[in-house]
Amino acid sequence: MNDLTTSVKPAVWVGQALERHEDAALLTGAGRYADDLGTHPSTLHAAFLRSPHAHARIKSIDTSRALALAGVRTVMVGSDVRKWANPFVVGVKQPMEHWCIAVDKVRYVGEPVAVVVAQSRYIAEDALDLVNVEYEHINAIVDVEAAIGANAPILHEAVGSNVVSDRQFVYGEPDTAFASAPHRVHLKVHYPRNSCTPIETYVVVAEHGSDGNYDVLSNFMGPFSLHAVMSLALKVPASKLRLRMPRDGGGSFGVKQGVFPYIVALCLASRKAGAPVKWVEDRLEHLVAATSSTGRATDIEAAVDNDGRIVALSCDQLDDCGAYLRAPEPATFYRMHGCLTGAYRIPNLKVRNRVVLTNKTPAGLVRGFGGPQVYFALERLIQRIAVELELEPLDVYRRNFIQATDFPYRATAGALIDSGDYHATLDLAAERGDLAELLRRRDAARADGRLYGIGFAAIVEPSISNMGYITTVMTPEARAKAGPKNGAITSATVSIDLLGAITVNVASVPHGQGHITALSQVVADVYGLHPRDITVDVELDTLKDAWSVAEGNYSSRFAGAVAGTAYLAACRLRDKLARIAAAQLKCDANDVVFSDGKVFASAAPEQSVTFARLASGPHWAPALLPEDTAPGLRETAIWTPPQLEAPDENDRINTSAAYGFVFDICAVEVDCNTGQVRIDRYVTAHDAGTLLNPALADGQIRGGFAQGVGAALMEEFAYHSDGSFASGTFADYLVPTAVEIPEPVIAHMETPSPFTPLGAKGIGEGNNMSTPVCIANAIADALGSDVDPHDIVLPMTPSRVIELIAPVERPPADCTPALPADGERFATSGSVDIAAPLEAVYRVLHDPRALALVIPGCHQLDALGDDRYVADVTLSVGLVKIGFRVEMSIVDEEPMRRIRFSGKGNGVLGTAEGNGRVSLSQIENGTRVDYTYSFSLSGKIVAVGARMIKSATGMVLKQLFQRLGRVASGQTAVAGLWQWIKHVFRKRT
Amino acid sequence: MDQARVSKENMKPAAFDYIRADSSEEVVELLGEFGDDGRILAGGQSLIAALNMRLTQPRVLIDISRINDLSKIRVSGGILAIGAAVTQAAVEAIVRNQNDIPMLSQAFPHLGHFQTRNRGTVCGSIAHADPSAELPLCLATLGGAVNLRSRRRRRSLPAKDFFQGVLTTAREADEFVESVQFPLADKRTRYGFCEVSMRHGDFAIAALAASVSSKSVRLGVGGVSDRPWVEDLPAVSGIDLDAALEDLVWKLGAQDDQHASARYRRHLVRELGRKLVTGLAS
Repeated sequence: MNDLTTSVKPAVWVGQALERHEDAALLTGAGRYADDLGTHPSTLHAAFLRSPHAHARIKSIDTSRALALAGVRTVMVGSDVRKWANPFVVGVKQPMEHWCIAVDKVRYVGEPVAVVVAQSRYIAEDALDLVNVEYEHINAIVDVEAAIGANAPILHEAVGSNVVSDRQFVYGEPDTAFASAPHRVHLKVHYPRNSCTPIETYVVVAEHGSDGNYDVLSNFMGPFSLHAVMSLALKVPASKLRLRMPRDGGGSFGVKQGVFPYIVALCLASRKAGAPVKWVEDRLEHLVAATSSTGRATDIEAAVDNDGRIVALSCDQLDDCGAYLRAPEPATFYRMHGCLTGAYRIPNLKVRNRVVLTNKTPAGLVRGFGGPQVYFALERLIQRIAVELELEPLDVYRRNFIQATDFPYRATAGALIDSGDYHATLDLAAERGDLAELLRRRDAARADGRLYGIGFAAIVEPSISNMGYITTVMTPEARAKAGPKNGAITSATVSIDLLGAITVNVASVPHGQGHITALSQVVADVYGLHPRDITVDVELDTLKDAWSVAEGNYSSRFAGAVAGTAYLAACRLRDKLARIAAAQLKCDANDVVFSDGKVFASAAPEQSVTFARLASGPHWAPALLPEDTAPGLRETAIWTPPQLEAPDENDRINTSAAYGFVFDICAVEVDCNTGQVRIDRYVTAHDAGTLLNPALADGQIRGGFAQGVGAALMEEFAYHSDGSFASGTFADYLVPTAVEIPEPVIAHMETPSPFTPLGAKGIGEGNNMSTPVCIANAIADALGSDVDPHDIVLPMTPSRVIELIAPVERPPADCTPALPADGERFATSGSVDIAAPLEAVYRVLHDPRALALVIPGCHQLDALGDDRYVADVTLSVGLVKIGFRVEMSIVDEEPMRRIRFSGKGNGVLGTAEGNGRVSLSQIENGTRVDYTYSFSLSGKIVAVGARMIKSATGMVLKQLFQRLGRVASGQTAVAGLWQWIKHVFRKRT
Repeated sequence: MDQARVSKENMKPAAFDYIRADSSEEVVELLGEFGDDGRILAGGQSLIAALNMRLTQPRVLIDISRINDLSKIRVSGGILAIGAAVTQAAVEAIVRNQNDIPMLSQAFPHLGHFQTRNRGTVCGSIAHADPSAELPLCLATLGGAVNLRSRRRRRSLPAKDFFQGVLTTAREADEFVESVQFPLADKRTRYGFCEVSMRHGDFAIAALAASVSSKSVRLGVGGVSDRPWVEDLPAVSGIDLDAALEDLVWKLGAQDDQHASARYRRHLVRELGRKLVTGLAS
């Protein structure tokens, strides 16, 4: 069938740095993003009520006040979801349930608890404040290593542990190799939770149809295996869940995968509301609850020969997947599994993978997926091997690299690494980046007493994921029972219209990468046309377009799989045209040439027909087609790389179809006064096989590099140890801007992949994998051997640098001890002298009316009996006003001497819980009040105000005790007013 | 009409009334009536974000941005007086060209981004009293003053009395910051400003402002304490300066947050403080 394609002439357009076809529309405001598209006039708007707690049981939800608000159609809660849906299927067999909104417990701050549907978003937001949820607090677990401990709070009780998968793998004879190796180099590292924060947040418009179907417009990006996860959750056949994705996506970087639970939630909300429902995620929602990269703790060790050759590798890895194992997790582990040995020939490997749940936002796809975690450990280890064995780092690389003659190379855990020349890429980087000059700069800086370092990173960049890799989480026996999964099915359609023009349709769901541009180049070459003659349709409608399980904008699959499959479809249709033309031109089909918009026999170029004339004819006169030629000019190619087999009985898995290579060099100078890291030069050399468009490739590199710099130096989702989330705005989740990103030196070489139709491989994720660790290695080199390698952490903020290199502080003797280092609790203690007798102070603390005057911002206080009170309190700090309904009680007391309080408050901006102790003692002119007080805050107020919250709470407490003093000594404004009233009345009478 | 539909769908703040005031008199009348339930909208660079996150839910927004009287910058008697509606960009242009207040011209490039300076006002930043903000630090270090006005009275407070804590000032509910006053540069004094932030334009992790003359050495610290901290130092160099800085850093009540430790903040005050003061003295 494809025999004709072998005679394709050399590429004209492929390989050219064409300008992006997409940009004219995007730059003139003519982009068509999900939020821009029209909706049915009856469309209602949704807002999500979210948990302020990291871990709590939902005792009750009262929606009556919200439903009473004019314009509110309905409020969907967990019991509705239970009625209509299933929990999501999970990648491991464990008795845990993840529903599209919380049903019984909340397990992370920001987890959806209810969906308000109203005439406008404005009304829906108002109504959120009127839904009253009663929670029963449970201790949260945030640290992944603590979460596996025996006494850790358990997220999913039915599982009985926070470890939901624990698999061990042995390849070769690692124990023997470790026992006999002359050196063992060990390192423990942590990869933080961060994200890639697209400008466009999640958008869903969902409609429940009259025949039980669901119709959804969303900026979902795939993988379309999740379509099955959504359909199963909605209890409909896949054909009854129609997903439509718009032409333009405002950035995804993997993150738009995480919209799928919202698609299910809004389908159900539409069902309950009886109308289409639209929701656009806001930035706070996105940062708090959308998704996160998987955090990882890795114990990594290498057995090393004297010359630096690694003979065995051991990785003990804990993945922090957050509160639920949301599909496609635990893929962070298994995407990289086949190539865990990186760019190296390491014959022996042992791995332990534990998937751990913590009270944090569920993890998901974030550009680089799995790679940054693996390479942060592996490439830091390579740096340590060089240091500990006193070898030149480049020698360690060269000695361990897979040889150019070894490809395709079967890596120890099963990756079939297709092509490359790693030594040549290293040399290219060193030469283009002028490594010799960087070494001179380092010498000069060090002679000068400055901190200058050079780091390296070598990474194998997988693309086109094997749909079967995730089953590596199962034992071979379980896999055998479940049936094999493999491949990476990709579809593309090329058709010719009535006037002879070409349209390409793919299921790639682009989010800014320039798929239209690249596809028009690939297809133009097949037909001898100009790229502007090719129409590329990247909208996707699951009801109308060709698509399958592996489709979507992930695993760097565009260049290798999507463009390759479009190329195959185009060739197939061209071959058909060639047969039709051969009959007209009276030549062999193999001799038909498509060039410059003309079609002719190679022997008679002067007797040409225009392409449009040839290509339109079959529509108008199908009877004139040659024999054996079916009517119609539309070809859909469906491709899957045969190399993507299911994991074998020894757990070897070829996780991806193609493997690119990146070698990076980074030189940094660390300011020893401020701890700031300046990147002096960053060199990144790539081999991604055939480059379809080098300008697009460079754009991918720059974007990945920028995100890598962010991950290295500033980006991290910060949680306090009670699970409260502290990175809810772009003032606290720090993304580097143009000012912080230096221009990298980019070099390319092209070793085509033998396994993809165009020889192309992915290039978009490499720097997300290489840059964080390359910068970390440079910083480690700059800080030198005085710094413990375990202290090189991400992000390497100036503060963390200074903690490592600054001299020890000597606090003065009279300095008040620092507040407890415990992150989440705001604690204070102190002492005030009040000019009032002890009895008066004590009485105030028991008198609801007086207490109401003492508590700052209290405008209503009712006694509930038994020393229990409920108060409405509005705390003002500058323009911020926080309303709390506070329940307080006296839990213990020693009359006239000591009182212990506890209290908890709930409000729309967050929740507070605390306790305090007040001790009274008589002094000369009144009473001394010694107090200790500690409380924790959670919810929105922490997410957006973390920077100031400690000072602000301290200030409120100070006010409290000042007021106590005033009330007890009778100097309050109210008391004064009363005096004045008495005075006035006395005058009158 | 279509636009109205779209904007209503996308509104995030709780409902409020909007009044565009035409004069200072109207502003104080409104504040007299609404007090704490009213909020002044000038440049909106902090307020609008807080409104959208519903951190603040005022009944009334009083827009002062188009009041002519408040849009003036006056120089007289060694004082630069800046009205409440004057943008940061307008003041930046003046101090950059005339070098009247060198500390400010050094501080402005750190103050957000030029886009935010085009809208943000000087008085708004002072009134907001973010402990990491540059303008409150400069005003306090230079010994400037804040002019408050209400229906009841006008009063002028020295900056050191105006700033009282995190986002907290001596302004009462019926008052507004009508103008602020920066003293013009003294010819025999040298001024400096520096800061460290995570990214260009971010709030400072630590910011330092200094004025050094033959008579006095004054150092202001922002981003570390709960308000701008101003300290007169006994020396410009050597062991005495180091000792004074060491005393100072422990008084500031530095705290940890996710971006920087208290120790790092103290470190910056020592390092940058020494560099700034000795640089100005040499």
